[in-house]
Amino acid sequence: MIGTSLESLWYGFGVALEPHNLMFCFIGVLVGNMVGVLPGMGPLATISILLPLTFGMKPVAAILMLGGVMYGAQYGGAICSILLNLPCHPPHAVTCLDGFPMTKQGRGGVALGLTVLASFVGASWGITEMVFLSPLLVRAALQFGPAEVCSLMLLGLLAGSTLARGSPVKGVAMTVLGLFLGSVGTDLETGSERYTFGLTELDDGIELIAIALGLFGIAEFMNSINQVAPINTKYTHVKLSDMRPTKADLKRSFFPMWRGTIIGSLCALIPGTGPTIASFVAYATEKKISKHPELFGTGLIEGVVCPEASTHSSVQGDFIPTMSLGIPGDAVMALLLGALMIQGIVPGPQLISQHPDIFWGLVASFWIGNIMLVLLNVPLIGIWVKMLAIPYKFLYPSAMFFVCIGVYAANNDFFQVGEVVVIGAFGYILLRLGFHPAPILLGFVLGPRFEENFRRAMLISRGDLAVFVERPISAVFVGLCVLLIGSQIYIRLKGAKPPIEPSLQPHGNGSPTVPAEISAAAE
Amino acid sequence: MRLSTSPFRELMGKRDFYAGGLMILLGLGIALKGTSYRAGTLMHMGPGFLPTALGVLLVLLGIAIAATGLAPSEGGSEDDQRLLPEHPQWWGWFCILLSPVFFIFFGKNFGMIPGTFACVFIAALGDKNATWTGTFVLATVITVFGVGLFSYFLQVPMPILAWWGAQ
Repeated sequence: MIGTSLESLWYGFGVALEPHNLMFCFIGVLVGNMVGVLPGMGPLATISILLPLTFGMKPVAAILMLGGVMYGAQYGGAICSILLNLPCHPPHAVTCLDGFPMTKQGRGGVALGLTVLASFVGASWGITEMVFLSPLLVRAALQFGPAEVCSLMLLGLLAGSTLARGSPVKGVAMTVLGLFLGSVGTDLETGSERYTFGLTELDDGIELIAIALGLFGIAEFMNSINQVAPINTKYTHVKLSDMRPTKADLKRSFFPMWRGTIIGSLCALIPGTGPTIASFVAYATEKKISKHPELFGTGLIEGVVCPEASTHSSVQGDFIPTMSLGIPGDAVMALLLGALMIQGIVPGPQLISQHPDIFWGLVASFWIGNIMLVLLNVPLIGIWVKMLAIPYKFLYPSAMFFVCIGVYAANNDFFQVGEVVVIGAFGYILLRLGFHPAPILLGFVLGPRFEENFRRAMLISRGDLAVFVERPISAVFVGLCVLLIGSQIYIRLKGAKPPIEPSLQPHGNGSPTVPAEISAAAE
Repeated sequence: MRLSTSPFRELMGKRDFYAGGLMILLGLGIALKGTSYRAGTLMHMGPGFLPTALGVLLVLLGIAIAATGLAPSEGGSEDDQRLLPEHPQWWGWFCILLSPVFFIFFGKNFGMIPGTFACVFIAALGDKNATWTGTFVLATVITVFGVGLFSYFLQVPMPILAWWGAQ
C-alpha cells in the first residue's frame, strides 16, 4: 500500500515537472501571490478572479495553476496581515495578533521569513497525509452506495455551514439557498426546466463563476468601497536581508511550528473544521503551554509560526476529502472542485483512478509550488511590499473588469455578466443582513450531486427514508449530523458568549468571526 | 426580556427580523413555484420534489432566524442591528452595479475596447475622491493591459472593436 502510494507520487512528480505544467504552476504561484497581497483580496476573491484564465487550458494544467494560485494567495494574505494588520482571510486574523507587533518592532521581515518556513513545514505534513490517506479513503468510499454518499454530503454541508463562522442557523440557510441555486436549470433526470422563467440562457443552470464573482467579488467591493481606511505603510519597508531569522528565532519557532502542524492536521480530519478553527486552536494551545503567556500579543514569533503552520497543514488536509470523496470542506475547496467540474471532470472516489495525472500531479505540484513560494518570496518581497500601497480606488475598478471579462469568457455570453450583477447585489444584501455567503458556494457545487444520489437512494429503497439509518455506515454519518446539530443547540441553550467579531479591519468577508467556544478558547 | 412591551415592535428594529423575513419570502417563492413542477413520489421523485422541500426548509430556517431576534440582545455591538452601514455609499454601489451593465452594452455593440473602458471608468467614478483625469488614465491603462491579455494572449472571442455588433 505504501509502496503504491510512493510509486504514484513518483509518477505525479513526472506530471508536475513537465515543462508546461511547471510553467503554469509557477504562473499560478506568482499571480496568486501578487493578487493575494493586495489589501482586501482574500484567497476566495483571488481564485475567483483568476479562474477564467484557466478556461482554455487542459485540466491538469488548470488545476495545477489554481493550486498555485491558492497558496500564493494565502501567503500574500499573510504578508498583508503581518505588515498591515489587515487579515483578508479569516485564518490570518490570529497571525495579526503577534505578527503586526513584530512589524512595529522592526522585526516584520523575520516574521515573514519564518512564516514561509512554517507554511512549508505545515504544508509538507499535509501533503504527506494526502499521499497516504487519500487512497485508503477512496478504497472505503468505493464501497459507498447512494445512501452513504448522500448522508456523507449532508454531514459535509452541515459541518461546513455550522462550524464555519457566524450564526449556525444563518449558515444552514445559506447552504439551503446554495442547494436550491444548484437545482436551477434543466433537471438531468427528467429533462424539465426548473426556475428558468422562460430564459433559455438559464437552461444549463447558473454559472458557477458568476456566483463566485458575484458573492466574493462584487458584493465585497460594495462592502469595501469608500470604507477602506488609508493604508499605513509606515512599517512596510522590509528588505531581503531583514527576512533572515537569527538562530535563536529558529530555535524558538521549531517546536511551535510542529505543534501547529499537528493541530492543523487533526483539525483537517474533523469535517468542517477548516483552517480558521485550526489557527485559533493552535494559537490558544501555544499560549497555554507557553512559560510566559502574558507576552503573547506583544510580538512573539511563536504566535506567528504556530497558527501559520496549522493553517497550511489544515488546508492541505482539506484536500483529502475534496479530492478523494468529492466533498469539499469549505468554500475555497468548493471553488477548486467547481473548477475541475468546469473542465468536465466528475469529482468523487473514482477521480484518483480515472485521472491519476490530475490527483498525483496536484500532490506533487503542491511541493514544487511551495518550494517556488519560498524561492519567489525571498527576492520579490520588496515588490510585494510596494504593492501593499496600491490604493483601493485603483484596485476595485480594475477588479471589476476582471469580473466582467471573466464571467463573459466562461461561455462567451453576455447574459452571465448580467447574472453576476444580480448575484452581486443580492450578495451584498445578504452580507448586510449578517449572512456569510460562503456556504452558498458549498451548496451550489454539491447540489446536483446531492439530488442525484438522493434520488438513486430512494429508488433503491423503494421510497423508504429509513434506508439512511438502516445501513450502518450511513447511520454513522447521520448520527454525526445529529450530534453536530445537538451540540450547536446545547451551546446555544447554555448561553455561550456570542461570537466575537474582532473589528480588525473594514473588509466584510474578511472579518474573522469564529464560533464562540473557539474564540473563548483563544483568549 | 420585557415581554410586556410589544415584542413585535422590538423585533421590527432588529436586523435578524429582516434576515429571517427575507429567507421566509425566498422560501415561500421557491416552494410555491416548485409546486408547479411535478413532485412525484419519494420513490420516483419528480423535478419539483427537492426544490419544494428546500423552499419549505428555508421558510422554517427563516422563522428560526427571525425568532433569534426575539432573544434579548446578546451584547453585540450596535452596528450588528443596523440595516444600512454607518455611511451608506449609494453612489459607489450604483457605480459598481452599473459598471457590468456598461460592459454588456458597449461590449455587445462596440467591442472589447469600449466595453472595458466604460466598465472601468464607471466603476472608478464610484470612489469619493475620484477625479476625471485619474479615472480616465486608470481606464485607459486597464483597457490596454486587459485587451492585450484577454484578446491577444487568452484569445477570448470578442471583437476588439465593432459598430453596433457588426465587425
